[in-house]
Amino acid sequence: MTAQHLTIPATPRRSRPRPGRAPWILLLPALAAVAFLVLPFAGLLVSAPWPEMGQRLRDPEVLDALWLSLVTATVATVVSVLFGVPLAWLLARTEFPGRRFVRALVTVPLVIPPVVGGVALLIVLGRNGLLGTHLDAWFGLTVPFTTAAVVMAQVFVAMPFLVISVEGSLRGADRRYEEAAATLGANRATVFTRVTLPMVLPGIGAGAILCWARALGEFGATITFAGNFPGSTQTMPLAVYMAMQRDPEAAIVLSLVLLLVSLAVLVTLREKWMNT
Amino acid sequence: MGSFLDAHLRLRRGDFALDARLSAERGEILALLGPNGAGKSSALRALAGLVPLVAGHVRVDGRDETTTAVEGRPIGMVFQDYLLFPNMSALDNVAFGPRCQGAGKAGARRRAESLLEHMGLAEYAAVRPGNLSGGQAQRIALARALAVRPRLLLLDEPMAALDASTRVEVRARLRHWLEEFDGVTVLVTHDPLDAMVLADRIAVIEHGAVVQQGTPAEVARRPRTPYVARLVGLNLFRGQAEDTTVTLETEGDGGAAAVQLPEPASGPALVAFPPRSVALYAEPPHGSPRNVWRVCVDGVERFGDQVRVHLAGPPDLAADVSPAAVAELGLVRGKTVWAGVKAAEVECYGA
Repeated sequence: MTAQHLTIPATPRRSRPRPGRAPWILLLPALAAVAFLVLPFAGLLVSAPWPEMGQRLRDPEVLDALWLSLVTATVATVVSVLFGVPLAWLLARTEFPGRRFVRALVTVPLVIPPVVGGVALLIVLGRNGLLGTHLDAWFGLTVPFTTAAVVMAQVFVAMPFLVISVEGSLRGADRRYEEAAATLGANRATVFTRVTLPMVLPGIGAGAILCWARALGEFGATITFAGNFPGSTQTMPLAVYMAMQRDPEAAIVLSLVLLLVSLAVLVTLREKWMNT
Repeated sequence: MGSFLDAHLRLRRGDFALDARLSAERGEILALLGPNGAGKSSALRALAGLVPLVAGHVRVDGRDETTTAVEGRPIGMVFQDYLLFPNMSALDNVAFGPRCQGAGKAGARRRAESLLEHMGLAEYAAVRPGNLSGGQAQRIALARALAVRPRLLLLDEPMAALDASTRVEVRARLRHWLEEFDGVTVLVTHDPLDAMVLADRIAVIEHGAVVQQGTPAEVARRPRTPYVARLVGLNLFRGQAEDTTVTLETEGDGGAAAVQLPEPASGPALVAFPPRSVALYAEPPHGSPRNVWRVCVDGVERFGDQVRVHLAGPPDLAADVSPAAVAELGLVRGKTVWAGVKAAEVECYGA
């Protein structure tokens, strides 16, 4: 209520049409929803063992899990972009038999429980699995219970987010620019790299953020397919869960770290990519 | 069939069907003129290969391009809102085509630079499309289309995205650049003025068919459909000519009306005369040989410094008279007057 504030309304307030108060029937549930979403985090902050925070954060187990989570989520995102963007293009820009069916299949990992995904991955790529047997026999490769398995579990659950998001922005992009490029002699590959890609870059950015956040939080498929080995497959969510069993305070610290890192990354990238 | 551009475009989109034969000689500018939804943009897109033909052919400079993919056709296209790539500078936009055609990076840049310079756009080379005015964007788009050395230049409503104040100048410039181009230019417009000023020949497209083709002068003097007659501002009637009389086809009741011609003619005929050669009288006029009809005032509107009076007949026609005449004759809706046109003012041609 400074003087400056008071000088603002050049047109009197009364002249503006008033939208009316938000009705209670909407306001109350909305407030309850906010409370429900925010209070748990407030609880975390309140119960955190602040005096010993510094020492706990230097715990190598925490740092290992954090580092592993950041690396695997980032690698999973890169993999998802490399494979998911072409898939999104195929779904959005081409007509082939069974396209709708493929699209439905791609979105399945969005709706099934991740642990089911983990079981499925294990059935296929496990040492005695359908593909895993051959991988083992021919290349001596064992996927499950390795860091690679962590990444695969994350890609499995997170890539659909990216595909859906990029497909949406491809469908929303003005295709006439692509036509213009074609009239200038650009083949489809050139059209994609020089015209389409720059146009849908914000969509890819948004999709990658969603994908990264989902990969960072991945639990069910990871613990099933990759196991829970500190240093190689124990990501932050797994570490939080394990800590909860023996030392709830440690779980709080880990949770806070995870919360902080995700928020920091999301806020930074959101500014850059989404402009919402 | 030796035309530089020889196309028979047949395409279908839902309920809409287009069947149009277009041809033009080297260096000619052909305007496709027609109302919205008539199919002229579809025709242009079909020439570009952006929509598939159901049947027909597209030949350019003796080569059959009917089944050539868009990127392989010898075309350059200027789109309605230009569609300059927003993530590239003006120079990169112009260099895009040559690059796609296999020119090296430096070669493509040189070609783009020389084109921009030639078109007086050198100072905008580094500017992003978002910072260009409409007229500048149009010229960059034209430069981009010309940079691929097309044989067929396609322009989709090139003036539509410009505001009225810049149109006159931009139109004159566009005419200049199009005259320099030695292939065929096909431009789509719904504005008769653009077609008259820019084109050597006009093809009028209505309801998916070419209803009239000719030079701008022919189209302006002898319209063949009510739509064209409205565009060029003429009264147009269809009828049967016998000696120096044309009996008009009139819809509904009202009986038959006839138009007297300066010279004898026969068979199905179109007659046209401008609204300004229609004179209005409160009483039946006497004297010189005239066409005189008893008509009823249907509406009055301002038209430049004249007043356009819509008259219900038969025949239904428009007359341009001075504001003074409106006052003297008391021209209000429903008033009965006599409309007179000298036979010498009437143009009659075969239907």
